[in-house]
Amino acid sequence: MIGKIAIIGDGDSIMVFRAAGVATFSAENEGKAREVLRKIAKDYQIIFLTEELAKPLTEFLKRFDEEPYPVILSIPSKNGSTGHGTELLKSAMERALGVDILFNN
Amino acid sequence: MARLNVNPTRMELKKLKARLTTAVRGHKLLKDKSDEMVRRFSLIIKENKRLRDEVEKELSETLRQFSVARSVTPAYRAETAFAMPSVAVKADCGVKSVMGVEVPKIQLVDEKLSDGLPYAYPEITSEADYSVTKAAALLPKMLALAETEKTVRMLAEEIERNKRRVNALEYVMIPQLEETIKYIKSKLDENERAAVIRLMKVKNRAEV
Repeated sequence: MIGKIAIIGDGDSIMVFRAAGVATFSAENEGKAREVLRKIAKDYQIIFLTEELAKPLTEFLKRFDEEPYPVILSIPSKNGSTGHGTELLKSAMERALGVDILFNN
Repeated sequence: MARLNVNPTRMELKKLKARLTTAVRGHKLLKDKSDEMVRRFSLIIKENKRLRDEVEKELSETLRQFSVARSVTPAYRAETAFAMPSVAVKADCGVKSVMGVEVPKIQLVDEKLSDGLPYAYPEITSEADYSVTKAAALLPKMLALAETEKTVRMLAEEIERNKRRVNALEYVMIPQLEETIKYIKSKLDENERAAVIRLMKVKNRAEV
């Protein structure tokens, strides 16, 4: 199956991906991002979401974990990484293993 | 532990014993599955961590570079230059199975930024060109990250679910069955003793 790739974020962070051939949707706040996600979740298999928007939507994004697609990935925006991605990783690990095997601090 | 509400008969005893064997075997299988899933999970999550660190570092760098590059171009020009992308990347989305969990398998369909960038050169500075190329080069890695991260999340969910099943068997189902079997056995023994005593009494009375 051929899937399409999209990115949701603020204008500056996503423009470079538009040039690289990714469909871009701009959303300035999480409410907008949620709306956009609802709309495009069926059409796009892979959706990148900037961390600023992904963080408040963590609960909302959980519902997409049941099925293989769409895959929603939070990526850092132009302001750099906030560590949200690592946090998600950590919570998944703690849920599955009960211990922290990567970030021993 | 509460025992099941059944009649203390030999039929029931036989049925329960069969159920107990099944439960014990199921418990063992599920436990093995859980162990293997945890093992795979720890491998995948390490990979995921490595990929994420790489992607985050490179992506932040690229984006920062691009926003600097863009800032030297007037906004409206940048907007028009980037408004119509001439390429669209596509990804081949399949599924694969990790321990019976259907997870995504993503591969970039090779449609390179064919000799050149999708906009008119004079409008954009070379730094921007550079970061666009870099972003495009970063895409396969981002897709790999998307794949592993989703796998990690789905596997974590499945491990949790499996753990609950194992625990339900180990701490509820199996003790309950054992308790009930014990109860039926003692009831049957009791009946047997009662029957023997009755016979003895009858015999006594007959002799008198």
